[in-house]
Amino acid sequence: MSAETPVDAPVVGAGTFSPDNPAPVIEPPRARTKRTPRATRTNFEMYGWLFMRLSGIVLVVLVLGHLLIQLVLDGGVTKIGFAFVAGRWASPFWQMWDLLMLWLAMLHGANGLRTVINDYAERDTTRFWLKMLLYTATVFTVFLGTLVIFTFDPNIQ
Amino acid sequence: MSTPTLDKHSAALDAAESGAFEQITITLRVRRFNPEVSDEVTWVDYQLEMDPKERVLDALHKVKWEIDGSLTFRRSCAHGICGSDAMRINGRNRLACKTLLKDINPEKPITVEPIKGMAVLKDLVVDMDPFFQAYRDVMPFLITKGNEPTRERLQSAEDRARFDDTTKCILCAACTSSCPVFWNDGQYFGPAAIVNAHRFIFDSRDEGGEQRLEILNDKEGVWRCRTTFNCTDACPRGIEVTKAIQEVKRALITRRF
Repeated sequence: MSAETPVDAPVVGAGTFSPDNPAPVIEPPRARTKRTPRATRTNFEMYGWLFMRLSGIVLVVLVLGHLLIQLVLDGGVTKIGFAFVAGRWASPFWQMWDLLMLWLAMLHGANGLRTVINDYAERDTTRFWLKMLLYTATVFTVFLGTLVIFTFDPNIQ
Repeated sequence: MSTPTLDKHSAALDAAESGAFEQITITLRVRRFNPEVSDEVTWVDYQLEMDPKERVLDALHKVKWEIDGSLTFRRSCAHGICGSDAMRINGRNRLACKTLLKDINPEKPITVEPIKGMAVLKDLVVDMDPFFQAYRDVMPFLITKGNEPTRERLQSAEDRARFDDTTKCILCAACTSSCPVFWNDGQYFGPAAIVNAHRFIFDSRDEGGEQRLEILNDKEGVWRCRTTFNCTDACPRGIEVTKAIQEVKRALITRRF
């Protein structure tokens, strides 16, 4: 019965720390203390959670339908061109389909990424700026997409 | 009437009485940290002669009592009730006092680490303050309105069964320290606090459920749960932790709409 590694073997950094001068303890990210902010009394996180589930169900239909029409039916991807898009957006049904898909997919993805950032960004400033970048990109994409769907001109030169 | 006795000793009893027991050599690999000596973490191997029917805690005791008295770990009752000796054994959170050597493949080195997500103070001892702060924050005590009754508060067997599973919690922190959300964000309440909130939210005698739901509806509350089921796997008492968290989510949704 013996310890394989002698416990009193010299270790790196030995001598610099003592009972009066202990090594710093590695704190976990964002520990809960008495000063941790208490309830904000909003239902935002609950609505976010519900939205993810409901939009997910709708997106399964919208996205699979979209992929089927664009890539599989009627000659597949080769048929897609300006004329094909113009033909489809002549109908309010496909305009609404694409609009709904754009909004739901962007908000669903943005909320998912917001959660990922909340989980993995350790420093408060990093978390803040990553989220700002995410929100800017989301608003820009949603705005641009909506603008195109509503102002699309099939007779453009 | 005579007391019924066994005519013949069983093989196991014979073996136990003869004092003969199997001895095998195991390697216990402990993650050691002593801030008074170094800021470096070292893995130290100990070769021990142990009975495979003994527990990991016995192996730790053998090291502390016979090889190196400076090995530091928490244990109180040593029988799976007090919840002091939760640690990461072979990469899984378990109670050292409920884990038999024969169940975790003693042929390979057995790794023992402190539970994750909390500051390590020394060897296997971690700072449990944030864990108990989350526990305090969900108000784990009976809240009632009006005058105290002159007799006990009665409850039907069905009402008691509603929260029976979550009464089994021993606050060992095996679930909370196995949760990947908690590892990254220590402000998340964590499974243990939610389990103990569940125990009162679904208690028919308690009237503070709405307050507790309000607390858990917050940014760091139940909506951070990703249903990874690490907590359910880790619980040494077999509590269905993830199910309890989901029940709190359902209660929030059904009571808000």
